[in-house]
Amino acid sequence: MTTRKSTSASGSMRVNRGLAEMLKGGVIMDVVNPEQAKIAEDAGATAVMALERVPADIRRDGGVARMSDPEMIEGIKAAVTIPVMAKARIGHFVEAQILESLGVDFIDESEVLTPADEAHHIDKFAFTAPFVCGATNLGEALRRISEGAALIRSKGEAGTGNVVEAVRHLRNITGDIRRITQADAAELFEWAKKLGAPLPLVQEIAETGKLQVPLFCAGGIATPADAALAMQLGAEAVFVGSGIFKSNDPAPRAKAIVEATTHFRDAHILAKVSRNLGAPMTGIGMDQINERYAERGW
Amino acid sequence: MSGVIGVLALQGAFEAHEAVLRGMGCQTQQVRTPDDLAKVDSLVLPGGESTTMSHLLVTSGLFDPLQARIDDHLPVFGTCAGMILLSAHIEDGRPDQRCFSAIDIDARRNAYGRQIDSFETDLAVQGIDGDFHAVFIRAPQVVRYGPGVNILARHDDDVVLAREGAVLVASFHPELTDDNRIHRLFIEMLQEV
Repeated sequence: MTTRKSTSASGSMRVNRGLAEMLKGGVIMDVVNPEQAKIAEDAGATAVMALERVPADIRRDGGVARMSDPEMIEGIKAAVTIPVMAKARIGHFVEAQILESLGVDFIDESEVLTPADEAHHIDKFAFTAPFVCGATNLGEALRRISEGAALIRSKGEAGTGNVVEAVRHLRNITGDIRRITQADAAELFEWAKKLGAPLPLVQEIAETGKLQVPLFCAGGIATPADAALAMQLGAEAVFVGSGIFKSNDPAPRAKAIVEATTHFRDAHILAKVSRNLGAPMTGIGMDQINERYAERGW
Repeated sequence: MSGVIGVLALQGAFEAHEAVLRGMGCQTQQVRTPDDLAKVDSLVLPGGESTTMSHLLVTSGLFDPLQARIDDHLPVFGTCAGMILLSAHIEDGRPDQRCFSAIDIDARRNAYGRQIDSFETDLAVQGIDGDFHAVFIRAPQVVRYGPGVNILARHDDDVVLAREGAVLVASFHPELTDDNRIHRLFIEMLQEV
């Protein structure tokens, strides 16, 4: 038995992608106060996303949506033992610096907030804390990975309770990954150009058949069946925003979505957990919304 | 032979463990229900969120049958959250969080702090030649261990790899590197018991 003094590295890509690995098969829930955070942890959430308003309310209120008050984030951190995530505006690296200083476990550079920069995302390699970013297609996902994202979530359309965009974005990403694995070496150059993505990342996908970081799903999940749909379509975990705390009875719905995410291929369990959950959030059709958050980010 | 190695697949890094074991030619089975558990000869409990897994063990009806198998000397290997679940007592857990008392250790959750305090480092491991590169993510610590526990590696003064009987626990993540030597220790343990 030897004891050794450490030569350790924090904030490395392996350490940060590693936390994303640990969140697989789980549910990350949006919460706006410590009480909701406790309900989420009680229900079996793997992490909470601390924010001042859920996307449905941001959509209703309009105006500029920004990083949450640090006091509120601290309150949620103190309330739970699971990882706490928080959102910074796209390109707003100072909000990200503040979140990192608060000891947030994952920073979401999120299109749900009003973008601060119309051309540049945050240089995520400049941080110790890991980042999750949204993507509507494979090119966007690879650009975010090339900037240092440790986790990708399909964007969906947050605050709608409508899973249709999440399905579109997941299928875009997983479909192109499948097609790239069929491409020959010469075609990969064309794929890189078409996707606007770095060639080495495209070549790596051709070899491995999967994204370099875990792929989660977000935006519009409102029921246990929605969560299982995302998982069967290739998502490795789900984010649920408005879907839980905008429903009639959040606690049982939160528990049911956690169970559905674990047993996503077992229709009997899905049927069992879908019973008697009360009304889900009402939800809105894509033709009724003024602004698509998924179009933010480039 | 090592038989069918189960990987508890309720939540967490179970696919990474399965990939390492398959790469070594082992037969694996994801375990989400009591029926799955009945098919396995040993079980890996992966990293992830121990509170989530503890909750899902109960809702999936797995806790009691798994406790019975462990009491009946099912060989088990727990990493990070899996180590917490196998411990005798959990510090800084949730009051309703349950554990299997498979190994005589007490584990403290998130003992190193938050994600910004997660790290990777090289370890000297008993039974392995040369360093083992270990990844610690919001890692737990062994804060007490009984006389029957064999310490296989430490980081600074902290116990990070330990064995008692047919139970192996690591506070780090051997499934996140290409090095399968810790998994090999587990396979060797299966062949011994």
